[in-house]
Amino acid sequence: MTSEMGRIFRRGFLDCAPFIVIVIPYATLFGVVARDAGLEVYEVMAMSVLVIAGASQFTAVALMQDHAPVLIILMASLAVNLRMAMYSAALAPHLGHLRFWLRGLVAYMMVDQSFALSVRKYETEPEMTRQAKAAYYFGTLVAVAPLWYICTFAGAVIGQAIPPVFSLEFAVPVCFIAMTAPMLRSLPHVVAAFVSVVAAIVLGWMPYNLWLIAAGMLAMMAGAQTEFYLKRKVAR
Amino acid sequence: MIAQDIFWTVTILLGIGTFLIRFSFLGILGDRRIPEWIMAHLHYTAVAIFPALITPHVLWPEVTGGTIDPNRLIAAAAVFLVGLRFNAVFAIVAGMGTLYLLRYLFG
Repeated sequence: MTSEMGRIFRRGFLDCAPFIVIVIPYATLFGVVARDAGLEVYEVMAMSVLVIAGASQFTAVALMQDHAPVLIILMASLAVNLRMAMYSAALAPHLGHLRFWLRGLVAYMMVDQSFALSVRKYETEPEMTRQAKAAYYFGTLVAVAPLWYICTFAGAVIGQAIPPVFSLEFAVPVCFIAMTAPMLRSLPHVVAAFVSVVAAIVLGWMPYNLWLIAAGMLAMMAGAQTEFYLKRKVAR
Repeated sequence: MIAQDIFWTVTILLGIGTFLIRFSFLGILGDRRIPEWIMAHLHYTAVAIFPALITPHVLWPEVTGGTIDPNRLIAAAAVFLVGLRFNAVFAIVAGMGTLYLLRYLFG
């Protein structure tokens, strides 16, 4: 790596560094909650290494605890990670030239923060070389991805020591609300979230946790339709 | 308790699935475009699933035997309001803090 590439790598690292204040508590909390759900420390770690996606892992643990069927667990946990397909599409023109195994690494460690920073960087500095783009992306990854392993491990170890009086099981809904609230930045998002809650209550009678899939689909359609409606209104 | 076979089946398939989602366009699909209407739906996946997932846990928590606990409802509202204005970390602290405080005050 030339010194120029090293500089860009460090730039990515530093740009992403502020996000560690979010990643550390979030990852630690996953470790604690997963341990509280009855997983062994090595199981928590296996999950963090194999899946490396917070939202999916929280969803899967919550549903496994609810004794939902495997198919439903997978559908819901994968659905919350579908946004990564958009990230993949957005990164492909910039990083698609990399060698196959490097693209595998780009994909494996893809997180919201790296994606958001990198795409913004590529758009504001279109003259960046392909090599520089890759160096920047990996710089952002190194700032946060290793923390995911380290802090879930710390959380899993700490988790055993926290007594039930602290109601850690409530940390799961709390965490999900905390992740969702900042997303409600537009009317379609608000509509989707509202439909999601109402559908969860109204469809709660459905067996095999199917209510979750149904509520998710209805809410997604509600969000998209609201978006289309607003666009048509502007176009008129 | 989570059964071993369920855990490993879910974890391994979830690992493969999340990787394939992330690898999709970078690795396999290349520059192919996703139709606009699918993109519009993908936009709302998280905001569509998360609220439904936690609604029963907030309204009818298992630890209370499925009855409504006002402390939890207020704590959930606190997370939401703080989350709207500030970041997720503040929101989590505010939520758990509210729960502990209410329980300390009112039992």
